[in-house]
Amino acid sequence: MDTIRNELLAKIADLHKTPEGAYNIRANGALDSRSSTANIEIVSKTDKDGIDIIIKPNTKNESVHIPVIISESGLTEMVYNDFYIGEGADVVIVAGCGIHNCGDQSSEHDGIHTFHVGKGARVRYVERHYGDGDGNGENIMNPTTVIEIDEDGYMEMETTQIKGVDSTNRITTATLGKGAKLVIKEKLMTHGKQFAQTDFTINLDGEGSGANIVSRSVAKDTSRQVFKSNINGNNKCSGHTECDAIIMDEATVVAIPEITANHIDAELIHEAAIGKIAGEQIIKLMTLGLTEQEAEEQIVNGFLK
Amino acid sequence: MLKLENVSFEVQVDDSRKEILKNINVEIDDGFVAITGPNGGGKSTLAKIIAGIYTPTSGKIYFDGVDITDKTITERANMGISFAFQQPVRFKGLTVKDIITLAAGRKITVGDACKYLSEVGLCARDYIDREVNASLSGGELKRIEIAMINARGTKLSVFDEPEAGIDLWSFNNLIQVFEKMHERTNGSIIIISHQERILNIADKIIVVANGEITQYGNKEDILPDLLGKASAPCKVLTDN
Repeated sequence: MDTIRNELLAKIADLHKTPEGAYNIRANGALDSRSSTANIEIVSKTDKDGIDIIIKPNTKNESVHIPVIISESGLTEMVYNDFYIGEGADVVIVAGCGIHNCGDQSSEHDGIHTFHVGKGARVRYVERHYGDGDGNGENIMNPTTVIEIDEDGYMEMETTQIKGVDSTNRITTATLGKGAKLVIKEKLMTHGKQFAQTDFTINLDGEGSGANIVSRSVAKDTSRQVFKSNINGNNKCSGHTECDAIIMDEATVVAIPEITANHIDAELIHEAAIGKIAGEQIIKLMTLGLTEQEAEEQIVNGFLK
Repeated sequence: MLKLENVSFEVQVDDSRKEILKNINVEIDDGFVAITGPNGGGKSTLAKIIAGIYTPTSGKIYFDGVDITDKTITERANMGISFAFQQPVRFKGLTVKDIITLAAGRKITVGDACKYLSEVGLCARDYIDREVNASLSGGELKRIEIAMINARGTKLSVFDEPEAGIDLWSFNNLIQVFEKMHERTNGSIIIISHQERILNIADKIIVVANGEITQYGNKEDILPDLLGKASAPCKVLTDN
């Protein structure tokens, strides 16, 4: 377990040793290790599986790591994690799930992360999903993220799924107060027979609120992707959603961007583009001495970087 | 260094075959060779045939005595042929440093990247981490394209209208770039151009028109002739 554990932690949280600051490592459905700090308290929920992460107001330059790893085949779990980010705090939260499935049964991690971002607080939330293993069992992850941002709060969410997740349905909903801002950057690659669905619903309720949702994805082999995003402009606000996908082999990509303006001063834009790698990009890199396959790899890696 | 023997290139247009290049025979050994001629005459096609992007319908291409007619773009690149596109390609996500590193074919330091970029008049600090995407202007992309060729430093470099879109302020610099490149690689530089100032630094000039080489010789012999010839392309149409 130890080698697999460490590898998974490195993949999803860049953790090569015990993290600094507050952390909670969950392994195979149970607590592996935990540490709170003077400003960041992590406590187990009593009514259901999961934790509360309470960050005191004005906590600055601190980080929280809450990785989840599964190496048992056939384990299914549902976890509730609630983040309370106090007024004026400025923190980095790193979450992620890594599954190493060597067995024949499916392993599944479903999580609901709820963020309460206080007035004027700033959060950078990094979420990575990764799966591996040489068995026939599927790696399944269904993360739900609920975001509430109070006045002038700011949240940036980077969500990445690059490899090994067979099936995923990622649901994110956000409600923004006055002057609140939300930036979401999604990076996704599917291969083999994988399926990935992303579903963003953003409610721009507060005056002067704004959201920028950018998704870049690559679909290889016979994998399928569905991207949905819905921005509701309910006040004077600005919203932008963009989905940019590279399609390869026999993959399928569906992009359904939706914007709804319920206010005369709502300014909303959506963009969606799906296409194969441009032939001229491959030719250009070949004139630099790369083979066709190397060129393709560079283009895909750069696109998802 | 480079020899084209009876090279022809045809494309299918609707029901008929159109000859873009007709039986080209040429040998290039000199430092600076400029290719010029009217639009649509076949210059860019000739450059793409040399780089391996197009395969000739008939004929042979030799590079340093080796028949490269059937060699791929990659093989030719690794043998020492570089090609700067007329319209540079954009890449979402790849940065200027990434692309120059790929061109150099080795890990490069920030200092190296800075050298290649400053030679084409770009400040590395402003550009190194920028993506080679639509946020760069056409002129900036052209300069980066030249910096890539510079980083490769190969024996033969082919430029397709490198000056197009580059402001006049930088023009002298651009000429210096080619001169320095030549000093460093001691190889051949082929530049497709319509600019007198570029033709002026060439050792030899090739004129391509209607898919054929109509003139090839020393700059001193060809250039005065070309400049004197600038006249109306056809008779003026009148109402009668």
